[in-house]
Amino acid sequence: MNGAQDLGGAHGFGPVEAEAGEPVFRAEWERRVFALAMAMGFTKTWTLDASRAARESLPPVEYLSSSYYEIWLRGLETQLAEHGLASPEEMRSGLAAGVPKPVARVLAADQVAPLFDGGFPSDRAPAAPPRFQIGDRIVARNDHPAGHTRLPRYIRGRPGVIERIHGAFVFPETAARGEQGPPQWLYTAGFAAEDLWGASAEPGSRVTFAAFESYLGPRA
Amino acid sequence: MPGHDHDLDHSHGSELSPIEARVRALESLLIEKGYVDPAALDALIERYEHQVGPHNGARVVARAWVDPAFRERLLADGTPAITELGIGGRGGEHMVVVENTPETHNLVVCTLCSCYPWPVLGLPPVWYKAPPYRARAVIDPRGVLADFGVTLPEGTRITIWDSTAETRFMVLPMRPEGTETLDEATLATLVTRDSMIGTGLPQAPR
Repeated sequence: MNGAQDLGGAHGFGPVEAEAGEPVFRAEWERRVFALAMAMGFTKTWTLDASRAARESLPPVEYLSSSYYEIWLRGLETQLAEHGLASPEEMRSGLAAGVPKPVARVLAADQVAPLFDGGFPSDRAPAAPPRFQIGDRIVARNDHPAGHTRLPRYIRGRPGVIERIHGAFVFPETAARGEQGPPQWLYTAGFAAEDLWGASAEPGSRVTFAAFESYLGPRA
Repeated sequence: MPGHDHDLDHSHGSELSPIEARVRALESLLIEKGYVDPAALDALIERYEHQVGPHNGARVVARAWVDPAFRERLLADGTPAITELGIGGRGGEHMVVVENTPETHNLVVCTLCSCYPWPVLGLPPVWYKAPPYRARAVIDPRGVLADFGVTLPEGTRITIWDSTAETRFMVLPMRPEGTETLDEATLATLVTRDSMIGTGLPQAPR
């Protein structure tokens, strides 16, 4: 979606302000929101991509005026309500009403280290051979889906080159809708900064993005 | 005056802010429903606040600086090479390590959200997740580096890696000059978090 999350190339946000000695979490509630979101993700009620979609679906004014973990909290509350795991009234009161809807699994404390050490790979067996090879000239698709996408606006319609082939991966757009779509080949596509930004480009610089196959078309 | 201050302390000390109250209510609700185990929440926080962090990535970089065969494996396929050091997991399932050279400087960003290589760098700092960095890194990389006090040589070109999928990027910075006699553990102390994102350079040896 063309939402506030798609920030690449935007002007007016000012300088980057790094804080020396910044803590991992700034408040206890940030710790709890982080852990709640991770633990609820583990229940398999929704995908990681659906969580990203929920966060970026916040109205742009709210997205841009909320802190990072406020955005996580809003996204989590939205998903809990959408999936019938918690009603707005229950979330306000903190008290459960009625019998909880079951979830597929619950993360136990002794599972955290082994499961999070192993990770949750997103690569899958490919359904077909890759359409592109390293060095192929491509153009990024110009499309503006209203749902979740991993094709930033600043790359759409621009000419680039295939630089790496990473394998076949879960496709975020279908996964965000909770659908089991076929995996897609994932590439690194490289773009000359001039082809993205014209005369405003940093001379000689390049931008790469991780490109799902359906985001790319061939270029003569 | 002391009495006045005491009253102020009293009225503010025990109250939760609206967001603290909201999160506390949500947590107790999800525990009551059996969806989350409070001990698992504590374990997640402990892991990502105290165990996983840039000290992991620094070990990877230092190993690459002293062991050319490891460096080659790391650049060819990041994930298995990093696993050799016992490092890996959530947010780093598909690691890509990109090497700085005198000709090319690499800079990692996630313009769409906050994708970041957790097992080697920990959770991202606020600036990495905030609009100024996400907006400017791709269009004005030298300006962003200037915000960090980094000036590259004129001839060095910048490659920006926008983390738009589950492939996660870590920069292998150049080994500082004057470190030929240092051992691997000492070298690791020179490797800063920002040098592995590309917004900084390793520290010079003392």
